[in-house]
Amino acid sequence: MRQVAHIFRKEFSAYFISPIAYIVISIFLLVTGWFFFATFFLFNQANLRTFYTLLPVVFAFVIPAITMRLISEELNIGSDEILLTMPVTYGDVILGKFLASVALIMAMLIPTLAYPLTVSFMGQLDWGPVVGGYVGAVFLGAAFSAVGLFASALTRNQIIAFIIGLAICFTLTLIDKMLFFLPQSLLGVFSYLGADVHFQNIAKGIIDSRDILYFISVCFVGLFGAHIALNQKY
Amino acid sequence: MIHVENLTKYYAHLCAVDQINFDIQKGEILGLLGPNGAGKTTTLRMLTGYLQPSSGSINIKGLSIDKHVLKIKKLLGYLPESAPLYHDMLVFDYLKYVAAIREIDSDQKLPRIRQLADLCGINEVMSKPIGELSKGYKQRVGLAHAMMSDPEVLVLDEPTSGLDPNQIVEIRKIIKEIGKEKTIIISTHILSEAEATCDRIVIINQGKIVADGSTETLKQFASGKNIMHLCLQNADFKTVETNLSKLDGVESVTRITETDSELDVRLTCQSAGDLRPDVYRIIKDTDWILLDFHQETQTLENIFRKLTKES
Repeated sequence: MRQVAHIFRKEFSAYFISPIAYIVISIFLLVTGWFFFATFFLFNQANLRTFYTLLPVVFAFVIPAITMRLISEELNIGSDEILLTMPVTYGDVILGKFLASVALIMAMLIPTLAYPLTVSFMGQLDWGPVVGGYVGAVFLGAAFSAVGLFASALTRNQIIAFIIGLAICFTLTLIDKMLFFLPQSLLGVFSYLGADVHFQNIAKGIIDSRDILYFISVCFVGLFGAHIALNQKY
Repeated sequence: MIHVENLTKYYAHLCAVDQINFDIQKGEILGLLGPNGAGKTTTLRMLTGYLQPSSGSINIKGLSIDKHVLKIKKLLGYLPESAPLYHDMLVFDYLKYVAAIREIDSDQKLPRIRQLADLCGINEVMSKPIGELSKGYKQRVGLAHAMMSDPEVLVLDEPTSGLDPNQIVEIRKIIKEIGKEKTIIISTHILSEAEATCDRIVIINQGKIVADGSTETLKQFASGKNIMHLCLQNADFKTVETNLSKLDGVESVTRITETDSELDVRLTCQSAGDLRPDVYRIIKDTDWILLDFHQETQTLENIFRKLTKES
């Protein structure tokens, strides 16, 4: 477990040593800030609904960009040979990198606390859904990180890792909006697979164990997939 | 210390390492030689637990690598070929990170890093990003990384590649120094380096071990014949041949070049006994003028070429 902490610390600071963290956070704030406030005054409602509606799609783009380098870069420059001949397991490596990505997502969400604060000055803001939304955002971010990490373990090319990660996250986000393509019998399964529904449930302020379980399952599947992908390489 | 049995590695259908066996004693410096693609790096990667063998077993200090990879990794220090390090990190930060993963006590970390920086000569680059370093410095940082936990077994894959001659001498000195108490495995294709630093040499070709022993035994093993070269003036080949063939032990006399003034001759003799005094006496009794007379020594280069070209 201490090895996880060391790898986490190294990966998290690596985001801030290179310009990745600053670029990703800026773009994230720019996009969410613009779309949120562009329509905020039209709706004339003191809530964060538009922000939360948008968040899964933005995450589907931003998170694979955060996770794409995590394993691909190691495979590409060959530093995995150095990392994996030190006393660490694949599990330590994957978990440490996953937590670093989740921590960066949290760091990215902190500046957006300015939105609910601004809104609360303008009207009666119900803090329940806001808190729920942030909890959900962390869960959603963790699930997408696990998926992105899996994509990153598949290839030594960061761009391919990004595209695979994006494709899976995007599918998870939009799958429940594509249900009219599917036969009736499969509807239940596929609507459960959609990340958006589960996130919106939490963002309404309802914390349901099914939604939490969904995100934890996605994390587990993603991380386990990354573990298998790494195992296959050696 | 290290016991390798029937170690085999397939990449898809290509057999990179084919059923090799060897033992390494504690305190031995072993040189792994072989042409490119012979399976040196693959062997080292399996020893360090980076690659999983297709079959065969590796035991280090009685621990099997299948069951105790983590314990074995703690015993080992490894410098991969061309030292692939994180480009963005500063050298100091990197070594601190390695010290943390190697579980060095926090009050020991700084002294240990300083000690390694002195030993490897990287004091002046400690605050530079690794990506900006020259190849030689990267190699030294890699060496510091490998030695961080003062491991019992040090595995170095071409440790002197990319270093200048002064640095090579220094690194060899370090290796010799550490090798007094530690077990070291070096892969290299610089033969003089293996000869200078290693107690024992294993030559690999096409995934198989073709020779194993100290440099002396290898030389004896490979040489069957003694070969002498003569360069004479004022002599013709016919008389030289008849005179020298009379000696016991001379198997053949061949002409290399013959010009009006000079004659080059190669003498092939049986390896038992030294014929040089007899050859000299014959020359002294004639009116030939001796320009050059030397015995061909079996160098590691010759042995290496002989062993790796046959197949």
